[in-house]
Amino acid sequence: MDFYFGLVQIIGVHTLLGLSAYIVLLTGQVSLAQAGFFAVGAYAAGMLTVLAGWHLVPALGASAVCGAGVACAVGFPALRVKGLMLVIATLAFGEGVRLFFFNFDYQIARGEIKVGPLGGEGFRQIRFFPENGWTTGEVMLFIWLFVAAAVALLWWFDRSRYGSVLRAVGEDELAAQSVGINLTAVKVSAMTVGGAIAGVGGGLYAHYTTHIEHASFNILLATFAIAYPIVGGLRNVFGTVLAVIFVQGFLIEGLRFLGDWRNLLFGALIVLAMNLRPSGFLGARRRA
Amino acid sequence: MLELQALSRHFGGVKAVDGLDLRVLEGHIFGLIGPNGSGKSTTVNVITGLFAPTSGKILFRGEDLAALPTHRRLRAGIARTFQNIRLFGQLSVWQNLWVAQNSAEDQERHGFFTRWLGGQRGVRAEIAQLLEFSGLAHKQDELAANLAFGEQRRLELARAMAAKPRLLLLDEPAAGMNSEEIGQLRERILKLRERGVTILLVEHVMELVMGVTDRIAVLNFGQKIAEGTPAQIQAHPAVRKAYLGGDAA
Repeated sequence: MDFYFGLVQIIGVHTLLGLSAYIVLLTGQVSLAQAGFFAVGAYAAGMLTVLAGWHLVPALGASAVCGAGVACAVGFPALRVKGLMLVIATLAFGEGVRLFFFNFDYQIARGEIKVGPLGGEGFRQIRFFPENGWTTGEVMLFIWLFVAAAVALLWWFDRSRYGSVLRAVGEDELAAQSVGINLTAVKVSAMTVGGAIAGVGGGLYAHYTTHIEHASFNILLATFAIAYPIVGGLRNVFGTVLAVIFVQGFLIEGLRFLGDWRNLLFGALIVLAMNLRPSGFLGARRRA
Repeated sequence: MLELQALSRHFGGVKAVDGLDLRVLEGHIFGLIGPNGSGKSTTVNVITGLFAPTSGKILFRGEDLAALPTHRRLRAGIARTFQNIRLFGQLSVWQNLWVAQNSAEDQERHGFFTRWLGGQRGVRAEIAQLLEFSGLAHKQDELAANLAFGEQRRLELARAMAAKPRLLLLDEPAAGMNSEEIGQLRERILKLRERGVTILLVEHVMELVMGVTDRIAVLNFGQKIAEGTPAQIQAHPAVRKAYLGGDAA
């Protein structure tokens, strides 16, 4: 049973990562920076529970703030460029974050051992859950509480004027400007909300794996983040949720019995899915 | 209301607009006509801030617009439509009008929260009025991309009106319309003037321009070659030469 709980945990955390890319993608921006915000959230929450002895819930709040703050700061310069240039700029940012944590040491002695991030060795001993006796099932529920909150938040956005404005910017920036929409404010706000969601996702990730290192936040994770809303489609948030379940649940875990052939089939199935549903599982509404 | 002083916009060596002086009086419908490529759309784009002027000034209600980015000009009271329709195709008709409610008045009336994250309740009546005005009430939940051509033109006009402009720039609103639709458009434009909206009408269709405008300026190669009432313009020899064809006398 624990295996399935673990899988559902992974799906939950990746859903948060996918949702953070979803709101940015609504404004038409392809961002590869989401894994960077995720990493910032992971280290922030881990350091607060391990080194400062915080409870996990306020630590996750802090990782949301850190993720949002970094995203907002990155958003202003990055969103001045568009299309492929933005992809490269955000990719560079993500790699920058990874390399920062590769070189980041901040350890303090805790009894016999030293704890805290140790560069390439990573950050071990993030043991909030085991120390407090949480079972895998409880951790899973805890994670999905946050997933549910993020889904609800983005669903609400989509029903509000803000959601329509995000989509308007995504469709035609020139027209959006001309009807009085402040492009910079809208894009940076989407990036900031995305950064907060990714930050929480990272904080949860750090605690259920208990061990994080720079290599986990590589370009592959950034690619997954943006792939979820693209595969899932932009009609509403549930497309992204479905895509995470499809990729993590079916393609990665479900096909594990295939051994090395899995990776080959993985790519083929993504291509197949995109061909069958070019605008995602839940694509834009269309009537000819 | 709107005053252009020696306005120029060059693209490399091309002088799309070259030393244009123009005064649009409050409450007027001002026609801006000229052959293709004479600088009419460029003028609109410079007024709305999509292009920066190469030189010259734009005064709106006595204030220089130079420092205002495009979205602030809308707040100041200048709205526009596009020559090649630019709606938000994947939004519904209703949402197209909703996102455009960015007038200074709308910004002040509601708090941040209501304005951005509130539902549709508070704004329904106003949008219903716009839908009524444009004859699109029965299509309000349709995606804008699925509307017929004439309906899209009407929606774009309604979207511009959603910003409660004082000055409305219409960039060839009759392009591609049949004469019945042009008649309806004329009615709408006149109705807007009754509400106190000043209109700058960039148009090719003489049937429309001559029928509704108070005053007309004629552009050719980025320069104004004539200005006057519709009757004066029709009789103007330089205009007939440049616009109606060389031997139209």
